[in-house]
Amino acid sequence: MNDPKTRRAALECMIWAGAGVVWTVAGGVPRASLLGSAEAAEASFSFVQISDSHIGFAKDPNMDTPGTLAEAINQIRALPQKPALLLQTGDVSHLSKPGQFDIAEKIIGTAGLDAHFVPGEHDVLVDEARPFVARFQAREKQGGADGGYYSFDQHGVHFIGLNNVTDLKAGGLGNLGAAQLAWLQKDLAGRPASQPIVVFAHVPLWTVYADWGWGTDDGAQALALLRRFGSVTVLNGHIHQVMQKIEGTVAFHTARSTAFPQPAPGTAPSPGPMKVEPGRLRTVLGTTEVRVVAGRAPLAIIDTPLAG
Amino acid sequence: MIALSRREALAAGAVVLGLVRVVRVRAGGAAAAIAIDNFAFTPASLTVPAGTKVTWTNHDDIPHTATSADPPQLFHSGPLDTDDSFSFTFDKPGTYTYFCALHPHMQGTVVVT
Repeated sequence: MNDPKTRRAALECMIWAGAGVVWTVAGGVPRASLLGSAEAAEASFSFVQISDSHIGFAKDPNMDTPGTLAEAINQIRALPQKPALLLQTGDVSHLSKPGQFDIAEKIIGTAGLDAHFVPGEHDVLVDEARPFVARFQAREKQGGADGGYYSFDQHGVHFIGLNNVTDLKAGGLGNLGAAQLAWLQKDLAGRPASQPIVVFAHVPLWTVYADWGWGTDDGAQALALLRRFGSVTVLNGHIHQVMQKIEGTVAFHTARSTAFPQPAPGTAPSPGPMKVEPGRLRTVLGTTEVRVVAGRAPLAIIDTPLAG
Repeated sequence: MIALSRREALAAGAVVLGLVRVVRVRAGGAAAAIAIDNFAFTPASLTVPAGTKVTWTNHDDIPHTATSADPPQLFHSGPLDTDDSFSFTFDKPGTYTYFCALHPHMQGTVVVT
């Protein structure tokens, strides 16, 4: 079966039969691995991330945060490949009010996807994380009582939702805490280094800009536990703009908000909502799609603004 | 040494005092104010006599809190939206540090004499 025509014909037949082909390159030599259809489904899937909807905020530059959240969900519903799940990286509400949580839950529900949430600091203002956890993490297996952190596996990828917005200390940044780090260590123990890991948390786990609180005090300890894995993707929100960094096998990425943008680090007196020219708001809000292909790292991350 | 007229000496003294950042409330004053602006407490350090009611007002278009930092937690404003206020009366002398629970890099001090 070394005749190129025959080999090619066989491959084409298998593709028509629903098997997938993954090409990998080793030592400069392309190799085709043939997969059964079940494996092909595992090999390629996508999911989406939205962040910082701030339901309850109604000021310049956005008087209608439910509206822009709904537009984001519509954008997701229009994706050609239906995502396997949705991650929401916090600041669902602006003031942790039940009515604000209600509106967000209803709009995000229209995506028709399994949604997994982690809190932002705006979500834990009343009775700490308890109302948020009860409403948005009811399906998750909690890592610690009231902890607001959990993990699950899907399509061969291990997803870890972390909470770095409770128990914040004066003068500090985001905080994971000893209990959560101990749980993370146990959660990762024994997993093969080849398993792709996706970590999602509100505040960036690496220090984007300490003066504005854009970082996690004990984030480095979490990253040390993750470094042995061949593919780690860290998805965050909080800063309302896209920022990315690759450090070895770890790819960091922050998402746009669906509510309002914030200034780039150090370009304004403070990190408050950034006003934009009328008509430009939707160009600085958006959603993120992440595509996973087995054997390929890093994951492909595509940010799409609501307009433009 | 340059000889200063009485008026010049008073003016020079006022300039020197103006450089001091600590704001002092006149003895006998029962109220003092702290503004929250641009993710900062102003004044960052406030000195008041015991019994003073201190009121924080948020002028930012983002919520903040005024939360005492030293355990046990003496006061916590809860979320203050734009133009919301919170007051606390400091009865006992001491130095009280506080911060914003949403943005913990924002810190301030109230010194009660």
